[in-house]
Amino acid sequence: MYTQALNSPEEGSLAEDAVRASRFQSRIDAEERIEPNDWMPSAYRKTLIRQISQHAHSEIVGMLPEGNWITRAPSLRRKAALLAKVQDECGHGLYLYAAAETLGASREELVDAMLAGKAKYSSIFNYPTLTWADIGVIGWLVDGAAIMNQIPLCRCSYGPYARAMIRVCKEESFHQRQGYEIMLTLCRGTAEQKAMAQDALNRWWWPVLMMFGPPDQASQHSDTSTKWKIKRFSNDELRQKFIDATVPQAQYLGLTIPDPEMKQDEQGHWVHGPIDWNEFKQVLAGNGPCNRDRLAARRKAHADGAWVREAAAAYAEKRARRQMAQAAE
Amino acid sequence: MATPNTPLWEVFIRSRNGLAHKHCGSLHAPDATMALQAARDLYTRRGEGLSIWVVPSSAITASDPADKGMMFEPAESKIYRHPTFYEVPEEVGHM
Amino acid sequence: MTAPSITVSETPLVLYTLRRADDALILGHRLSEWCGHAPMLEEDMALSNMALDLIGQARELYGYAAKVEGRDNDEDNFAYLRDVRQYRNLLLVERPNGDFAHTMVRQLFYAAFADLYWRGMMGSTDATLAAIAAKSEKECAYHLRHASEWVIRLGDGTDESHARAQGAVDDLWAYTGEMFSVDEAERGLIDAGIAIDPTMLLPEWLSIVSHVAREATLVLPENDWMQQGGRDGRHSEHLGHLLSELQHMQRSFPGATW
Repeated sequence: MYTQALNSPEEGSLAEDAVRASRFQSRIDAEERIEPNDWMPSAYRKTLIRQISQHAHSEIVGMLPEGNWITRAPSLRRKAALLAKVQDECGHGLYLYAAAETLGASREELVDAMLAGKAKYSSIFNYPTLTWADIGVIGWLVDGAAIMNQIPLCRCSYGPYARAMIRVCKEESFHQRQGYEIMLTLCRGTAEQKAMAQDALNRWWWPVLMMFGPPDQASQHSDTSTKWKIKRFSNDELRQKFIDATVPQAQYLGLTIPDPEMKQDEQGHWVHGPIDWNEFKQVLAGNGPCNRDRLAARRKAHADGAWVREAAAAYAEKRARRQMAQAAE
Repeated sequence: MATPNTPLWEVFIRSRNGLAHKHCGSLHAPDATMALQAARDLYTRRGEGLSIWVVPSSAITASDPADKGMMFEPAESKIYRHPTFYEVPEEVGHM
Repeated sequence: MTAPSITVSETPLVLYTLRRADDALILGHRLSEWCGHAPMLEEDMALSNMALDLIGQARELYGYAAKVEGRDNDEDNFAYLRDVRQYRNLLLVERPNGDFAHTMVRQLFYAAFADLYWRGMMGSTDATLAAIAAKSEKECAYHLRHASEWVIRLGDGTDESHARAQGAVDDLWAYTGEMFSVDEAERGLIDAGIAIDPTMLLPEWLSIVSHVAREATLVLPENDWMQQGGRDGRHSEHLGHLLSELQHMQRSFPGATW
């Protein structure tokens, strides 16, 4: 995106900063994009590094639950589609790490923080994929929820993040359709397949609603993020938008949303029953069903690959030295 | 646990012949050869490119946004560089 | 209840096509096992791309085998409803991934062959095989380039990577000879110009692989004993485990559509 070297956040006096900060805010208010080497308040930089890197970690950890079914996909067509989708997620993680790096953080330090358990990623990926129907539900609902979150980010005030999201959204358009097609096939299949689909929906529904984050009254980052136009809709707004879009899709499949209290209000919005925020808190705290497995898998890949990365670095150095020696001759 | 940094590369892609290479993102790779291959695998999965450049990020020298005024504003007043500055009667036709 | 295996009428052309399809599927499957676990994220992308190329080749070849066989089988029947003894792939491609050096050396050995093979097959008198060859050749040429670059880096990298790469070459060498073997079934197709004679590819393959090995400071083994059997369904123990995963859904839910 742009070189890291451009991003040495320079120190200024407090008075100078106040002037710059107000100029910065008027640029944001005028819907101008902020670019990597522009001056920005350090809190803006910090917020973005945190959000973009969490987003990147989510893409990378998110490869694991779906990757769990690549070798068991039930047809060659599904296998190719799933592999391409999981690969896309890796690509999206890379676009996002690159965007975070324009803010002066290195990928290595961001990844190390994730592996050390110090950085968060989306809570949803700490749930297990038990049956093939889970792959359908992830595409349909998890990607559906992600798209709701990501489309507004295409207009985020920080240029590199917005550009990465435009690319991500364009590429992800097939992911949700892929998932819904799997669900449709299951629901039109045998009774056993339909039961598999309903079971998957039952297990994923509430965790998916939690993906939008805590209710607006409890969200700690929203105010400044909204002021900086990093966030354009509140958690509850996006959650409602998602539910309203999803309920008719579930009805079309002939599946039941596992919320006995769900009802439609006068405006046509589907109102959900109470969400178990304690479960959400527990998953974020590391106590979800798969937190330990996910981190262990990423740590293992990182540790097993260390000798490969070292070899590549050693070879690059040798080659550079040889070329220099040749040039000297 | 700190991992040694793998060099960062900027990727430029020509999407069609006749168009210029356009910056499309960055990636990490140990050397130029691997950077080119990684760029192919990361940025042209959907047939987005016909030609790729990779450049070490550290090789880019960028203008400082703080210099915007002296760098770019002097050009704004030179309106005589633009064709609309000059009047040509309509009867003369397109010029 | 589990789904039973299909029967296949293995005429020479069906058998020939299934052998190449199985090579591509099994190697593609192996590479797909890396997804999410590669040494660096950029390599996750590369390994998945190669896997997708190979799975794509397998699908086209199975489709053609189904057409030639002219019964009710389709690509998924061939992939999911044949047991170990009916699989016709090379022993090389079913070797477990092992460490990254094993995966890349296996890829080098196979891609160096496949690139030459598909280039030759572009001249097949069978129009479908010639068309599949034209597409596959480009893909395998890239796989060869990617694998070569990695083998060179691993071989000429650190002491550890050198030892691992040399170990991979030593382990996998005995599975390379099978790529160049010809049996009676194939002889007729070669004479008819439908297939090419793989023994003709050996000198160039050796030259490519030797060149990479030299760059990588690796030594190719002197041992010329070569394992055979995959083409006739005599596999290693590894393939059964691979198939039990690959075929799990189709076997567990007979007749279901996915």
